Amino acid sequence: MSDITCTINDKSVTVPRGTTILTAAAMLGIDIPTFCHDPELSRYGGCRICVVEVKGWGQLPASCVTEVREGMEVYTESEKVLEARRTILELLLANHPDDCLTCEKTGACRLQEYAYRYGVRKGAFPGACHAYPVEADNPFIMRDMNKCILCGKCVRVCSEVVGRSVIDFSFRGFHAKVATPLDSGLLNAGCVFCGSCVEVCPVGALTEKQRIGKGRPWELDSVTTTCPYCGVGCQINLLVKEGRVVGANAAGHGVNGRHLCVKGRYGHGFIHHPERLTNPLVRKNGQLHEVTWEEAIQEVVRRFGRIKQEYGGQAIGVLASARITNEENYLLNKLARLVLGTNHIDHCARL
Amino acid sequence: MTNSIDEIAGADLILAIGTNTTEAHPVISLRIRRAIQRGAVLVVVDPRKTELAELAHIHLQIKPGSDIALLNSMAKVILDENLWDKEFVESRCEGFEELVEAVQGYTPELAEELTGIPADSIRQAARAYATVGKATLLYTMGLTQHVCGTDNVLAAANLALLCGQIGRESTGINPLRGQNNVQGACDMGALPQFLAGYQPVADETCRKKFSEAWGGPIPDQPGLTVGEMMQAAIRGSIKGMYIVGENPVISDADANHVEKALNNLDFLVVQDIFLTETAKLADVVLPAASFAEKDGTFTNTERRVQRVRQAVQPIGNSKADWQIICALAEALGLPMRYQNPEEIFNEMAALTPSYAGIRYERLEKEGIQWPCPAADHPGTSILHQEKFVRGKGKFHAVAYLPPDELPDRQFPLVLNTGRRLFHYHTGSMTLRTDLREICPTEQLDVSVHDAQCLGLNQGDRVKVISRRGEVEMTVRISETVPRGMVFASFHFPEAAINKLTNHARCPKSNIPELKVCAVRIEKV
Ligand code: SF4
Ligand code: SF4
Ligand code: SF4
Repeated sequence: MSDITCTINDKSVTVPRGTTILTAAAMLGIDIPTFCHDPELSRYGGCRICVVEVKGWGQLPASCVTEVREGMEVYTESEKVLEARRTILELLLANHPDDCLTCEKTGACRLQEYAYRYGVRKGAFPGACHAYPVEADNPFIMRDMNKCILCGKCVRVCSEVVGRSVIDFSFRGFHAKVATPLDSGLLNAGCVFCGSCVEVCPVGALTEKQRIGKGRPWELDSVTTTCPYCGVGCQINLLVKEGRVVGANAAGHGVNGRHLCVKGRYGHGFIHHPERLTNPLVRKNGQLHEVTWEEAIQEVVRRFGRIKQEYGGQAIGVLASARITNEENYLLNKLARLVLGTNHIDHCARL
Repeated sequence: MTNSIDEIAGADLILAIGTNTTEAHPVISLRIRRAIQRGAVLVVVDPRKTELAELAHIHLQIKPGSDIALLNSMAKVILDENLWDKEFVESRCEGFEELVEAVQGYTPELAEELTGIPADSIRQAARAYATVGKATLLYTMGLTQHVCGTDNVLAAANLALLCGQIGRESTGINPLRGQNNVQGACDMGALPQFLAGYQPVADETCRKKFSEAWGGPIPDQPGLTVGEMMQAAIRGSIKGMYIVGENPVISDADANHVEKALNNLDFLVVQDIFLTETAKLADVVLPAASFAEKDGTFTNTERRVQRVRQAVQPIGNSKADWQIICALAEALGLPMRYQNPEEIFNEMAALTPSYAGIRYERLEKEGIQWPCPAADHPGTSILHQEKFVRGKGKFHAVAYLPPDELPDRQFPLVLNTGRRLFHYHTGSMTLRTDLREICPTEQLDVSVHDAQCLGLNQGDRVKVISRRGEVEMTVRISETVPRGMVFASFHFPEAAINKLTNHARCPKSNIPELKVCAVRIEKV
């Protein structure tokens, strides 16, 4: 494959043949806004917010689907481009609900971001708003199709990556809507609540029920860690506010990229569950009672000490865990063999 | 895994044996789907019509426990039709004659009798596996949880060797591990016969290395496996146990037997984040911090060592497991002092050749796959590229062995157990999340045919009874199970299915036969 040289905003760049203007611009660090484009999904070219001006071309091409050509001169923020983008945003805002104050997506919404970037307010086109009921038939995903901008990313990710095609476009024109078959709801449509659609949605149309009112994006600390469930080892971000884990999302790298399963994305409620053990317990008169750490450790030492003295370390068994860290398993191995004097150490590797 | 998760997407053929990947390893199933989109052939071996089986081009609906008959027969077809990789076998393998002899009797017709799979489908699958460029073999507990579990894996390995489907990208023999750090626990020496890095405790040099580093003697006899420990507890030779982050009362085969064993101990300490069914039996319960409250590393199924990072403070007075272990060691008179998990990791890495080159700072951006023997080594995504660990790849002669407990007049159905998408292991975590709302109880999958014979309707309450116990459950009439089989998961303590399962174990790996036991159903 031969390389192609072109200029974008008067900067020259050389890229492999077949590269889109959008990608070439990104290589120069030039950000072109997009709603419907996603590098992991098929090309769509539907939202047109990514239009650019190409010298000598009559029309503004969508940069996400137009490949660069030799000698092409591209302008990504020319007056014509800005005008086109403002019109698109005005049209989108015309039938978008006025809900930014309470919308969960505020601060992470592309519509909001681009409206701000291009100074667009609602009002130029008085448009009719939809009045779809908000769908929340399940514990995880809220679908508010009044806010949907029909970028189709959720539809593509569900069919192309997740392989389920739970949702698709239905109806046409003003009534076009992304819906489950017969509008029967995610639960009935075979959704596995992987949340990949929420992850790609650029606006507040798809949000997470668990996170309602739990904090704005800028208030949350994000800590990248490894999913505590299956052996795939997906990389997740735990979202923390005031010492509590309030949500999780995919880290965007590692074996999983932006994808997770329902357990990794929505199964973190156990961390702050009221039944968590918060103090050591020791059995007295048949019942478990809360005690101090000191007392609990002393009890263990006394009882294991006696067993070791009377029967030797070989009378003690240790079950390590497929749940705890490597460091902890290593230490248990050391504790068992060196301190307790037993090689009876195992874990449930076989389950 | 010999290979990496990403490589699955690049395979030309995927042979998936006893893995319900879409539910148990959902993100790996995305790679399988991508391979199919690229035109790969998917062959699924499973007695159940799982979602993965629905996606398959060839679904070999096998009688539970007859995998060796199938795999040996596939090897025979490949040999008879001269489809094997002569160059690979000659240069990289040994024991070929034994394999030829061992599989000679396994005609597809005989295999059809033993496995219930049509002989022609066996031929078709064998030809496909042997002739494509890159075939990857995936398996999970459906292959291993049998009395012949080890031999099942050897039979699968024979096939990979015979066809040279190993040591290259998108090939290999790939067990998908069920738990976040089961790989790491094995790597770290949480096994009775091995110190960290699979260094045998019975080997004097290895033992000496560790005892010098640790500053004290280590017993030289390999210890007991978990199943053997339970037996020993019943006999009275094990008097005390320290159980960390495990719930064997729910997870292990023949749960009533496990409970009896634990009750027979003089002293039981359980360390966990919740008062699990096992913790309820303890004399001392130590409250541990969860994964979100500590630093460390987990090793995933593709041998990738990845960071665990602390997001919040330990809840209440709970402590990270490593801190509790150190406190115990100190009180027992042999102090182990570490500032942080990184220090522990570095001590471990110095003693464990496959982890020797890994340091926390190298894990900042992404994980590293072991073996990583040196600080400048990038890690290993594909094992056995030039040679096998032992030099030559060895064929093992293995023979079909029926399951330990087959259905009979008294217990006419086979019970198969496994996992469901919305829950995990014994449910101690997932049942305390919103996942419970979407999947609140366990249901017993019963085939349409058996439901008719037994006069059962959807939602009926039934007692499921085996020789070892009984549990009550609700019936779900399901197309996924074949006639004669019922299926349930072990996620729900209130439907503790392992009260029923058989503790008969594979003599080589000690894995219990959780996939087959005989039961009967009674309406309540
Ligand atoms: S949660 Fe996953 S399965 Fe459900 S609609 Fe979204 S992408 Fe599809
Ligand atoms: S719901 Fe979101 S992702 Fe789906 S089409 Fe609408 S805006 Fe796009
Ligand atoms: S998110 Fe799902 S697939 Fe990924 S590691 Fe967690 S449980 Fe496994």
